[in-house]
Amino acid sequence: MKDNVGNKPLLDVQNLTVRFTVKRGGFFSEPKYLYAVDDISFQIKRGETLAIVGESGSGKTTAALAVARLVKAYKGRVDLDGTNFLGLEDEALRLARAKMQFIFQDPYSSLNPRVRAEKIVREPLDNLGAVDDVERQAIIDKLFEAVGLHPEQQRLFPHQFSGGQRQRIGIARALATQPDLIICDEPVSALDVAVQAQILNLLRKLQADFGLTFLFISHDLGVVQHMCDSIAVMYMGKIVEYADRLSLFNNPLHPYTKALLSAVPSVDKKRRAETKRILIPGDPPDPLDLPQGCRFANRCPVAQDRCRSEQPDLKALASGHKVACHLVDESAVSPL
Amino acid sequence: MSEPLLKVQNLRIELTTRDGIAPVIDDLSFELGAGESISFVGESGCGKSMTALGIMGLLPEKIGRVASGSISFNGEELTTVSEKRLRAIRGNDISMIFQEPMTSLNPVYTVGEQIAEVLRAHQGLSKSAAWNSAIELLDAVRIPNAKRRVSDYPFQMSGGQRQRVMIAMALACEPKILVADEPTTALDVTVQAQIFDLLNDLKRQTGTAIILITHDMGAVAEMAERMIVMYAGRGAEQGPVEQVIDHPRHPYTKGLISCVPHIVANLTDERHALTEVSGIVPPLREFGQNRCLFASRCSMVSQKCLDKRPPEINFEAGQSSACWHAEAV
Repeated sequence: MKDNVGNKPLLDVQNLTVRFTVKRGGFFSEPKYLYAVDDISFQIKRGETLAIVGESGSGKTTAALAVARLVKAYKGRVDLDGTNFLGLEDEALRLARAKMQFIFQDPYSSLNPRVRAEKIVREPLDNLGAVDDVERQAIIDKLFEAVGLHPEQQRLFPHQFSGGQRQRIGIARALATQPDLIICDEPVSALDVAVQAQILNLLRKLQADFGLTFLFISHDLGVVQHMCDSIAVMYMGKIVEYADRLSLFNNPLHPYTKALLSAVPSVDKKRRAETKRILIPGDPPDPLDLPQGCRFANRCPVAQDRCRSEQPDLKALASGHKVACHLVDESAVSPL
Repeated sequence: MSEPLLKVQNLRIELTTRDGIAPVIDDLSFELGAGESISFVGESGCGKSMTALGIMGLLPEKIGRVASGSISFNGEELTTVSEKRLRAIRGNDISMIFQEPMTSLNPVYTVGEQIAEVLRAHQGLSKSAAWNSAIELLDAVRIPNAKRRVSDYPFQMSGGQRQRVMIAMALACEPKILVADEPTTALDVTVQAQIFDLLNDLKRQTGTAIILITHDMGAVAEMAERMIVMYAGRGAEQGPVEQVIDHPRHPYTKGLISCVPHIVANLTDERHALTEVSGIVPPLREFGQNRCLFASRCSMVSQKCLDKRPPEINFEAGQSSACWHAEAV
């Protein structure tokens, strides 16, 4: 692992906020805003993986898209290797994009069906125009090999590949420009379990081989546990807990994280015996009509008056474990 | 042991495809006792859902048919029964919930009307009696404020609530068997936990037997007593859940368990590469061949596997595996 670059993170996201305008009511009424991502901050060191987990509607994908400028951030800073990525324009942006690539969830819709595999992988290189044709072909050959595809498959169209192979093409495309950061948005959710393992192993191998940094978005906590070095748990647009892998999985502090982890069915007999399932009743609040206090308070089994009136900040404990809950103090004991 | 509630013997279901006739279910046998829960696992395209549709008599018209074998429910042979009788059984004695709660409800009727319809059709209840039962059912599946929500349209409900409505419909006539085809795949994990909890409670209260179809070994471990691992239309392995998970006797079962990164009791810094099951499920046109269909992906493959379909080898406590090397797994 390349850790000789000092303490400066490769990706430093500060106060990222994304809001969508939701038209509601009459022509003259005030526009309503939906804060899909609400003031979140996180960092990833070079060569490491940060996972953002959360359920549908938590804002995890929007956060990833905003980092890559695929949706517009309303507020905040995204520093990639020391430059503010959100502030770049035109040519500088085009070149900087090469350093940050994206792997999408659905390998069926993220590849152009009318373009051969080889061209899909080559396109980022063409756009960059940095190398000549011969070298480009050499890079493509190497990429196909790296992701476990045969050279003769370069001539095929996406529909001639299986789902797992298509995801490999998507990965090769993401690697083409030799990026520092790869954002993986649910990269295996659409795949069968046996194929998932192939892709997850490939991603970890590529990370080790090329010193890649991953921002990994997933709802599957088993996958996240296997892939990440640290984890941010999102709920309704906020990060509610943020810690390294072992702290988060072995000592979850936020009631939501605790419930989320307890809900994952497991084949491990010991875990089933030890984990009491915490059922959280009801549904998340309406994102257009958020409660004044903690966003989880209406479903939280241990919520108190303060939780309903005052929004908790994400606070760091001495251990570095961050949690946004009024009921967690320095003793790092979960209230649940 | 008394006669099982459902007894499937040597079932063969054929689908007509462009490449000819393919046996999507190939010589499958299993039994389900009253109040029991059994789970079908496997990757997509292994015939899990086809088994369910076969039992329900809902195979795609003109394309799919039961070619041979028998499905016996309470002693009644379902493969030869009339469509009218089958319709009476469906929804009344055997009912089903589907993966997609979005598309399995009719968007232009209120959920109350849809639940009431089941009761009126099968039990001949009056309009108002059916409506009142619908409210009770919504309450039973833990929809808060059932009296008001009964007049909601499906779009006014969340995914988890819609799946609850589906469960309410399926349970309206207190069926003896509930077939749940990936009931929580489209749902978040905390909602999945609510649905599983609900299904377990209902099973305890009503004694309904459950057939759960899933690809998630964790869900199997939590929900079922026995499991059947399907591969390419055939039963690869079956037996009691704990026993199969602890000591799988088929390389495919073993692969399915170890290829998934599971959350375990005490996480450590150690991280191994996941065990890969290379390749993918064979295409339909290869189904039914007289060899082990898993051979091309199997690390234990030998000449025997390529020459002849493996028979079922029995182990203790009803565990059985269709693998030539089952003893060695």
